[in-house]
Amino acid sequence: MSHYFSEIFTGGKSLLVGLGVTFKALTSPVVTVQYPREKIDISPNMRGHIDLIKDSESKNGLHRCISCGLCARNCPCSCIVVKGEKQEGVKGKVLKIFTLEFSKCSLCGLCVESCPTSAIDFSDEYELAAFSREAFNFDLLKRVQQGDTK
Amino acid sequence: MGTLTTRFSTIQDPDEKHKFLLNMGPQHPCTHGVLRIVLEMDGEYAMGIDPILGYGHRMHEKMAECRQWSGFYPNTGRIDYGGAIPYNHGYCALIERMAGIEVPERAEYIRVITVELNRIASHFLGVGAYVIDLGAFTPILYMFDDREDILDALEDITGSRLTYCHHRVGGVSKDIDDLFIKRTRAIIKNIRSRFDMYDRLVTGNIIFQKRTKDVGIIPVEMARRYGATGPVLRGSGLGFDIRKNEPYSVYPEFDFDIPTGENGDAFDRYMVRMLELEQSLRIIEQALDKLPDGPVMAKVKRVKLQPGDCSFSVEAARGMLTYYLVGDGSNVPYKLKIRVPSYSNLSLLEELCKGSLIADLVSAMGSLDLIIPEIDR
Ligand code: SF4
Ligand code: SF4
Repeated sequence: MSHYFSEIFTGGKSLLVGLGVTFKALTSPVVTVQYPREKIDISPNMRGHIDLIKDSESKNGLHRCISCGLCARNCPCSCIVVKGEKQEGVKGKVLKIFTLEFSKCSLCGLCVESCPTSAIDFSDEYELAAFSREAFNFDLLKRVQQGDTK
Repeated sequence: MGTLTTRFSTIQDPDEKHKFLLNMGPQHPCTHGVLRIVLEMDGEYAMGIDPILGYGHRMHEKMAECRQWSGFYPNTGRIDYGGAIPYNHGYCALIERMAGIEVPERAEYIRVITVELNRIASHFLGVGAYVIDLGAFTPILYMFDDREDILDALEDITGSRLTYCHHRVGGVSKDIDDLFIKRTRAIIKNIRSRFDMYDRLVTGNIIFQKRTKDVGIIPVEMARRYGATGPVLRGSGLGFDIRKNEPYSVYPEFDFDIPTGENGDAFDRYMVRMLELEQSLRIIEQALDKLPDGPVMAKVKRVKLQPGDCSFSVEAARGMLTYYLVGDGSNVPYKLKIRVPSYSNLSLLEELCKGSLIADLVSAMGSLDLIIPEIDR
């Protein structure tokens, strides 16, 4: 019988001790961030989708890509398409198509690491939501031409 | 699984009205949405337990056979989403062993630090989800608070929060900086200061104790028979840990213990995980103190997978993880086999819970800390 009551006592005490922890949290400052009205800083190293880096000092005045296609070859998800063309009077190839099918990308970073001219990097965009899969087929060349990249 | 229909026909027998089939999952919170368990119930008691897999099957092993070995990096982060970095580590170490690549010491230290941080995050996830299964919602919020700090720190160096792809053959893809070291030291201090709170909140709680003590007892002999590893085996009292028993990377340089349980019940498995947090913190602390300077990436020439086979085991958050690779001289693996801990740990369930109350089944299963996509692969 005494065992019965002592168990009730210790049990009740353990519950009160646990409640004490949560009760203390009630009086501590609020940590919730009211997204989307408030935002927290994201890490500069976060991996968003890839982007061509704008570089006005490069040979073509826009980006450093030399259309070598290494990124496309190394991508495990085959989501990059690169096409370059020979043009009269220009040394090397001129980049004509650079697209990314972001819905397939696994953000592994192999493309960024394999680029010999460091022409691509991760963007810091994370607010990507759309109604169709096609909305994630990014034309990265167009983005850099329009100045949408960082 | 084949006996299901025959069982069903016996249950149709009008004399056994209290017998029925119950589907636990795939929508049951305790089964993470990807595991279905068909229970043959006799009133409140589960007399037959049939785990049905395949809901999260993504053909990881087949994918490895269809692309260059380097194309498997992103997959390694997606097999066990709770503790992905040990999977990164195991795969890179496997290819390094096969091709005879030396890894710079700093890179090995960074690997150990990230793996242990990930182990802590994974244990918080596992324990938090377990306590939710038992009906207490609050503790997971505190655990996720701590886990959040770790994920933020890891995001800073790996770029992702969950499906990491950070280790590379020959090193790691990104070096750690002073900010990360400062952050990690703060995390260690913070988590240590909260152990006492977890004791008051979960471990000492009478309801938690009543629902876990003497529930789901796994004798060592049974754990061995099923090939259970990780906290499940250590909870039964056998201190088997790949980090100690088959040392790899720079683990021999650190001083840490392998916590074990005594009774092999659900409570012991929970305790082993909580005690492992402290051991992981100790490893991280020593690694940060000893962190050498130097490069984080070796010069790796084109790797061809030589004809022959090779395997590598690491201690993942849930137990022993082994990669086994057969090469044929090209740069595409001929066969990659992954031995995951949760598969063996789940196999226990039927013998473990036959004839137990359904509430105890939930408790015993939660204490195995299963990650189902890892089982399905
Ligand atoms: S991050 Fe990986 S998956 Fe994504 S485009 Fe680059 S190589 Fe392909
Ligand atoms: S690897 Fe770099 S330079 Fe080559 S195509 Fe890709 S982005 Fe352009």
